[in-house]
Amino acid sequence: MKKMVLYTLMLLLVAAILIPATLFAAGVQEGGKERHAFVFKNTGNPYGEKQMDGFRIGIEEQGYEAILRAPDLPTAEAQIQIVEQLISQNVKSITITGNDYDALEPVLKNARKAGIAVLSADSAVNPASRSTHINQADSEMIGRTLIQAAYDMVGGAGEIAILSATSQASNQNLWIEWMKKELTDPKYKDIKLVRVAYGDDLRDKSVAETEALLRSYPKLKCIIAPTTVGIAAAGKVITDKNLIGKVKITGLGLPSEMAEYIENGACPYMFLWNPIDVGYLAAYAATAVSSKKITGAVGDTFDANRLGTYKVVKASDGGTEVLLGPPFKFEPSNIAEWKTVY
Amino acid sequence: MTERKLLTERGFSFKRFFLQWEWLLVLIFLLIHIINSFLSPYYLNVGTFVRTPMTFLDKSFLVLPMTLVIILGNIDISVGSTVALSSVVMATAYNAGISMPVAMLICLATATFCGLFNGLILVRFKELPAMIVTLATLTLYRGIAYIILEDQASGNFPDWFSFLGWGSVLGIPFMLIIFIICAVAFGFLLHKTTFGRIVYGMGSNKKTCLYSGIRTDKILLWVSILTGLMAGFTALFLTSRMGSTRPNVAQNYELEVIAMVVLGGVSTAGGKGRIGGPILAIFIIGFLSYGLGLVNISAQILLIIIGTLLITSVMVLNMRISGKRKRSGFGSHEVGKNLTR
Amino acid sequence: MLNLRRNLLLRAERFRDFGLLVFIIVLSLVIQVRNPTFLTLSNINTLLVNASILSILAVGMMMVLIIRGIDLSIGSTIALSGMVSALTVSLYPTIHPVLSILEGVLVGAVVGTIIGLLVSKFNVLPIIATMGMMNIVRGLTFLVSGGKWISAYQMSVPFKKIATGSILGINTLIFIAVVIYIIFYYFINHTRTGRQIYAVGSNPEAAKVSGIPKTRIIWMVYIFMGALAGLAGVLWVSRFASAQGDTAVGYEMGVIAACVLGGISLAGGSGKISGLILGVILFGILNNALPLINVSPFWQQGIQGAVILAAIIINVLVKRSNERMALRHRVV
Repeated sequence: MKKMVLYTLMLLLVAAILIPATLFAAGVQEGGKERHAFVFKNTGNPYGEKQMDGFRIGIEEQGYEAILRAPDLPTAEAQIQIVEQLISQNVKSITITGNDYDALEPVLKNARKAGIAVLSADSAVNPASRSTHINQADSEMIGRTLIQAAYDMVGGAGEIAILSATSQASNQNLWIEWMKKELTDPKYKDIKLVRVAYGDDLRDKSVAETEALLRSYPKLKCIIAPTTVGIAAAGKVITDKNLIGKVKITGLGLPSEMAEYIENGACPYMFLWNPIDVGYLAAYAATAVSSKKITGAVGDTFDANRLGTYKVVKASDGGTEVLLGPPFKFEPSNIAEWKTVY
Repeated sequence: MTERKLLTERGFSFKRFFLQWEWLLVLIFLLIHIINSFLSPYYLNVGTFVRTPMTFLDKSFLVLPMTLVIILGNIDISVGSTVALSSVVMATAYNAGISMPVAMLICLATATFCGLFNGLILVRFKELPAMIVTLATLTLYRGIAYIILEDQASGNFPDWFSFLGWGSVLGIPFMLIIFIICAVAFGFLLHKTTFGRIVYGMGSNKKTCLYSGIRTDKILLWVSILTGLMAGFTALFLTSRMGSTRPNVAQNYELEVIAMVVLGGVSTAGGKGRIGGPILAIFIIGFLSYGLGLVNISAQILLIIIGTLLITSVMVLNMRISGKRKRSGFGSHEVGKNLTR
Repeated sequence: MLNLRRNLLLRAERFRDFGLLVFIIVLSLVIQVRNPTFLTLSNINTLLVNASILSILAVGMMMVLIIRGIDLSIGSTIALSGMVSALTVSLYPTIHPVLSILEGVLVGAVVGTIIGLLVSKFNVLPIIATMGMMNIVRGLTFLVSGGKWISAYQMSVPFKKIATGSILGINTLIFIAVVIYIIFYYFINHTRTGRQIYAVGSNPEAAKVSGIPKTRIIWMVYIFMGALAGLAGVLWVSRFASAQGDTAVGYEMGVIAACVLGGISLAGGSGKISGLILGVILFGILNNALPLINVSPFWQQGIQGAVILAAIIINVLVKRSNERMALRHRVV
């Protein structure tokens, strides 16, 4: 009996503290600058850090405040929590690099319902969740360029393989799709794609998969790895096994990670774009949408300061996107300059 | 002749009541709210209290049976994979033409079966510790999920399905209502039924229970089945929150759930703890993460804070226990307790 | 004839992990059939190199499991020690690789000391202490790295050669792993302190009463685990020529699985190095062979889970039949 009384008193105490506080705080004022948020896939990723840097510079140039968030594990569940917290903070816009194409739809729709502009960058979320997507380069162009590079490197004929990241990364799958489409061209009749392997963006798994590829396909001549961890892992394996020149590597990689392997010849050349610019462009696109200057529909144009004017175009997934520009080629002549930048 | 009071006749003392771990957790809970409201002006409003629980309640369904599992002296690290597998099966079934309510039942059935499978292996191969069995099934279940869905997502659920994870009834989140029902059920099961007493007994000393004629196998199987069933609930709500599913969902859930149970005062040595503690721990960790997120604490700092919170709270718990034991003259405290029996 | 058979069986019983050995042999043959490059010298070399880091960690984890503990923080410790030594090398490229290794070992030992303190002196349950440290050390790794990675070009050639070089003809990593095994085999089986570890694990109460310094032994074991994890961190970073903040997330589960496969009991008190080696080899085979046998990558995890389950159940069944036979022999 006494216990019951005590438990009830406890609950009343809790309620007594919380309820008046809640009512009191209900009329909270919001002063200060407009805030725009960027959510990346995970922390500790230099590529993501550069993107967020670019975003921050772009937002601060416009006189606003930037919030940069990233979860410690690259999961959709963690990003859902972060977006919820951002909604509560009444941010003006959220630009997100999605860990999952579809799983963020419910929470991002809620954000839009609350009047927050939602854009995706780098790794897209589905069209229903976003106003528009900031794409670093045309996916078709990336896919085709990489196959053309492989074609050049193997001298027109031979077996090639693809080392990807995780099997659910939307940008990866899109690029691979375009690579396969490019291969249907009769020009590539002597090129054979033997396997698509998944390194899951894990260093040790990517190494193991590369070693397995080399073992299973002794006639392999080129590995395309459109992922920063995968291409560096492949480069290391080729270097260690003294296969430089016999098996070529190309793909999308960070200049800092690949400097060693471009300089020693394991990778004749590779591509990427400037993540700082991606973030910077996203900053201007986000403010343009949130201030209702544009809606993210095809044909909208907005000004992105030092990058110039950009136009919104149709994206292959049914939504819209903004293209930063063509991918940048990293080769022995320019790698020394770029390896310290990112 | 000195009179010796039996422990059971100690009578009611305010000091003992308020020194209970659960009451301390309530204090911590209030403290978190106070700190959070000072940290951010966005914290204290009705929206927070409605929306926040929905972000962490999906995995809280797992905390309830995990409490039983740990009191039993076992552990189950396959729950995250069970969630993933049942979610994937449900999505696949629905997209193959089965009606949604039936697909939801299939989800629960799959999850329950996963739990049952764990239980069967534990019962038939008693030499195998729970840790390794559930480690194997953790890999196996998620592996099956990958075989089914490969790299695809599956979803396109009917609109009403999102009500599970996002909807409210009279302002209270639907998930919270279901959770309260489940929590009360588990509380009743653990504290007011013979089943619960046997669970405590088995956690303290399995052999004695066995020799006393108690059907330890049956209890173990039932606990495993309950674990599976609750994983099914988690799968339903998580999938509803995301609107779609993939084989890689619910990663790392098992460690988070175990942390909540242990923070709630349940000792992994078995035989101790009450249901109230883990439930409070759920809300403590949930509101703490949320409040810190409102001031945009970076992920790395949040990791350090949660790690420190976990360790210091258990240190405090241990000091209390050794204090209590010294006073009542029990045996010494065993160091380095084993994970499972 | 019957006598010969009985003697062979007797010897088989004594080899407790006979079931595991047979399983490994059968598995290897199956894989060899599907891909003949499996049992080639160069592939076995690759397998061993990849397994060497895991095996170093397994020795430490074995001792932790024997004293009825567990260590979930080793993945984070690997990341931290790897990141710290990589950062040092990038700032002071002339540092001798042995010093880098010592630096990593030191970082790991510090983490191990803290964990050991929490478990032995403050009676914090190992699963909690190490889960908490797992988070804290991972957070520290991100902070220390400042969100950046250390790439190959920032590492000195001697540092990278730690993993790619060879000593006496065998790859350095394999060499280091073998040396560690020899040292710890001797330590656990032939020194008093080593035997005391088993005592503490079998029956902590009896050990304490017999005058064995239980607290110190427990602390020591965690320091060893931490130091070995620190060593593994430096080797990891050298092997992959890259230090990231999220290195080795979740790696501890694989290590624990390899240990338990090798017959180390999670209840404490028993486990032999011979069994451990088998467990590590099986795990190495799983990681190496699955990409080789040309199954869809989506089947890899499912197969791994099934194999682990099969291995542990078979091991139990073999042990049971061994015990039955032993009983029969004793009666006879």
